[in-house]
This record gives sequence, structure tokens and C-alpha cells, in this order.
Amino acid sequence: MNPQTSCHHPLRFDADKCDGCMACMRACPTAAVRVRKEKAWMLADRCIDCGECIRVCPGRAVVPLTDQMADLSRFSCKVAIPSPTLYAQFDPDVSPGEVFAALKLCGFDDVEGPSRACDMVAAATEIFLSEYRGQYPLISSFCPTVVRLVQVKYPALVEQVLPVVAPREVSARDAKARKTAETGLPEERIGTVYITPCPAKMVAILEHPGMERSYLDAAVSISDLFRPLVTAITKVRGGGSTATTAETSSGVNWAFLGAVPRSLRAADSLSVAGLSNVIRILDDVEKGRLRGYRFIECHACGEGCVGGCLTVENPYVARSKTIRLTQKLPAASPELRSEVERRWRNGEFFMDAAFSARPLRPLDENISRAIAKMTQKEAFLAELPGIDCGACGAPSCHAFAEDVVQGEADRHACVFSLQRALAAQVEELASLVQGTRRSAGGEDQ
Amino acid sequence: MAYDEFERVYEVTGRDYANAGRASTSIKDILKNLGVHPAVVRRTAIASYEAEMNVVMYAVRARMSLRVSPTAVTLEVQDEGPGIEDIDLAMQEGYSTATPEMREMGFGAGMGLPNIKRNADVFDIKSEVSRGTRLLISIAQAA
Repeated sequence: MNPQTSCHHPLRFDADKCDGCMACMRACPTAAVRVRKEKAWMLADRCIDCGECIRVCPGRAVVPLTDQMADLSRFSCKVAIPSPTLYAQFDPDVSPGEVFAALKLCGFDDVEGPSRACDMVAAATEIFLSEYRGQYPLISSFCPTVVRLVQVKYPALVEQVLPVVAPREVSARDAKARKTAETGLPEERIGTVYITPCPAKMVAILEHPGMERSYLDAAVSISDLFRPLVTAITKVRGGGSTATTAETSSGVNWAFLGAVPRSLRAADSLSVAGLSNVIRILDDVEKGRLRGYRFIECHACGEGCVGGCLTVENPYVARSKTIRLTQKLPAASPELRSEVERRWRNGEFFMDAAFSARPLRPLDENISRAIAKMTQKEAFLAELPGIDCGACGAPSCHAFAEDVVQGEADRHACVFSLQRALAAQVEELASLVQGTRRSAGGEDQ
Repeated sequence: MAYDEFERVYEVTGRDYANAGRASTSIKDILKNLGVHPAVVRRTAIASYEAEMNVVMYAVRARMSLRVSPTAVTLEVQDEGPGIEDIDLAMQEGYSTATPEMREMGFGAGMGLPNIKRNADVFDIKSEVSRGTRLLISIAQAA
């Protein structure tokens, strides 16, 4: 089975804009970038869609592949489903109602606020945890990059990924049902569009891990919509009052890390954000260290979704703004809980497909050959300087040694290896010359 | 065939809490890179972590050797330390000689050795009081 066959990635390296500066290669947390002939390219099976390369590229050569508004013309009715992080991009006085109205001015027919689904999913998670009897801790599945990280790097942990549907999917399913009833249009004419803080949600739509299908049809980035939205908000605010929304403090709280542990109010849950931190926590889970925790909420981006690479506002400022907004919003309705319980019995929040492991390609499919390659790799690595200079086009000496053993790089791509090889040749030449002179009869003196 | 085995040796230092767990993380990465089955990786990860923490908590220092062959993953931990007086007692679930300090760090549930044994196919432990302990475990790989 080739792990690459069904592998989508939400970004593309634009060779015309790339000047080979290696910023992306150094930032990539899974060593998925190589630079050859002054151009960066991606090892598709290693990429987990975290977007670090998009964030650090000074030349905007890493292009996120989210949808543009023009791509949505195939739908008769377009419903925007904002990420809770959207509100924090604007002035703290801007209300959710004004954001909804602005989204409509930007071309959407309707808006499905994120809070209701977030509140329902928090309640569904609580129900799931109360009934769960398997291995602890459970790992949250709301961040698609975390799901991919587990599939690729922690294949033995896929069974501990929380099989509760993400809020954006609940919103999309509810919006489709509501709009089909309201308009009489067939479901496929109703476009559910996530307003996304990161490109990883595109992959979740295309590959829908853990689900038979995705109820979302498209994702438009917050950064692409930001300027038209700011213009529209100005217009909306000039035009008087806007409708109130059903947004809640606990729902909008999902913008930054800790929403589920906060709503669970449980001491045996923890939240972690930023890929290097997530990796350390998952390493501990794999070693059996965190069995005392029941639930771990993991976000690939620092601070949670407010840190997404397709947002505009600084994540810390965005978090502060979110807190300010939540203070003005009502709590979730207590009646929601009974609705969640009813829908939970219908299996509505439960993922309907299994998460599959897709472990990274090992050194070799045959273990004997893999062992031989590992021995070669270690021997070659010992010859390398170990300074991870990147001049060879690989992010570390370790990655380079592996590329060489796999026949994917030439060992003389390392300037130190090359220097040594040249020095040896020069020495050989020198001794050859000296030998010639001696046999020619000592001409020097 | 002699080449058909990969070996890596780690030096683990007692009381070095800041680096505790590094050897078992590295072992896990090597096994994944070799294409060892995820279930075997996980069992080795749990066993090697428990063994590493035992060294950090109780011993002065140890050599931890990982050997991987096409049929088995083997881990040998040879430590210099106080040794174990009564191995049968130490193997009982819930029995622990952890100090209050260790318990404060979340260890000392008395599950270390039983956990290692549970995850291993071959388990052998020998100890000499005030000299040290040698632990040998092996986890079979389906050929």
C-alpha cells in the first residue's frame, strides 16, 4: 500500500517565487522539505499540513490552496461557517451580528454561527468520555494537523483519537439540513463554506479522516476575506442595527486552546498547543506516561486556532480580544444538553469511519535491508560534521544521511564530504607529481 | 548473519531528571525508522521508558543496549546501583520503594517492573545488592 496515493496537501511551492533561502526547510517540524537547485520541494508523505512553511516564507512562495470566492459560483446557496477565530480579527467592538452581515455583503447567502456546534460537541465529548472504557488518554481530533501527525508519526495511537465529529462538520451538516428545508434546493446546490484560519481544514474536507464524507464543501481563508470583510463591516456599521446572533461565550472560546478542558471542568484533562509541544506530549503518551489523563486537547498552532497561519491578527492579541468578546456573550442554553443527548443516541456526533494509521515509509519494507541501511546511515552520519548547516539541501545531517542511504542525495552534496574528497584527491595528485619528478631525476634543485 | 542486527547503546545517568526519557524516545524513533510493527514499537516504548526511569530514580548509571534483529527487539539494561533485595516482591503490582520525592514526581505506583514484564515476551532480571541490576527483555517480531 502506498501511503502517498490518497495524500492531499493544502499547499504548493511556487518555483518562480522560491529563491531557495531554506527558511521553510528549517521550520518544517517533520523534515518534509528539501532544497535542490535553489528550489524548495516537499516530501509529500512526510508533510502533515501544519503550514509552518507558509508562515516563514519571506517570498510568499508557499501558496496555501484554499478556495477563492469565485470558486463558489457552482452553488445556488452559499452558507458561511466562520471559525470562532474570525471575530478576533476585527476591532473588539465589532459584534458577531455585524460580522454575519458583512459576510452576507461579501457574497454569502447565509451564515451558520460556530457557537452552537462547539457547545454541542463539548457536551458530546463529555458524554463520550463518561461512557468510554478503552485506553487513556484520548487525543482530540478537531485539529486536522494533529490527526495527520498521529496517523504518520504515532500510528499505534490512532485508536486513542477521539471519535467525536468536529464542530465545523456539525455546523455544516446542520446548515445543509436547514437550508434544504428552507429553499427546497437539493443538498449539493447548497455550499457549506468554512472561513478558515489554516489550510489544514482543506485536507480535512478532501480526506475526511474518521468520516464517510465531509459536510463541508469548501474553505476560504480568513486572510483572503479580511480586506473585503473590513470594508463590509464599515458599511454595515454605517447602516444602523444588525440582527442578534445565537453566539455564546463557551462557543467562541473555541478560538484558543483549552475550550474542551474548560467546558469539561475536569482536572484529568490537559491542553497543549504548538507542534513541538504536541510532539513531546504524544511521545509521552506513547511511552505510557500520561495514562492518568483522560483527555488531551492538542492544537498544531501556538495558542490554538487563533495562531493559524491564515489569520491576520497576532494570536496573543486575538486571544485577548476573544476573551473580551466572550464577556459580552451569553452562556450556552442549558436545554442544549438534552438535544445533544437525543442526537448522541442517534449516533450523530460519532465518527462513522475508523482512523487509519499511515506510518512514515521506513528505511526499507524488508526489515533485514532496513537494518543494513540503518547501519550504513549511522556510519555515514559519523563522518558528517553534525552542525545541520543545511547547505546540502536537507534540514539536518541526520536527514541528509538518510537521503544518501536511500539513494536520494549524493554524498558530495555535503560541502564537508566534498572538501574531504577533494583534499584526498589533491594529496593523491601531489604524491603523483612528486613521484614523477623523482623519476625524472630531481630537477628541483 | 552478523550484519543482520542493529545495535545502539545509551548511557543513562541516575537522578538526571532533565534528560530522563530521551533514550526511550530515541529507541522509538529508531524502531519506526526500521519499519517495526506499531504494536511492537509501542510495547518497546513502554517497557524501555519504565526501565529508563528505574535507572534514573534508583541507580547511579546504566548502559542501555537496544538490539534489533528481523525476529526480535531486545533491550538490555545493566546498571550500577543499590540492586534489588527481593525480586519477587519488586515484581508485585503496587509494591514500590519510591521515596516521597519520587512520588511527588508522579512515580512510585509500583507498576514499573510488572509493566515491563507485561509488555515483553522474554523477561529476565538478575540483581546483586549494592552492585547493580541487569534486566534483559525481548519482544518478538512476526517474521
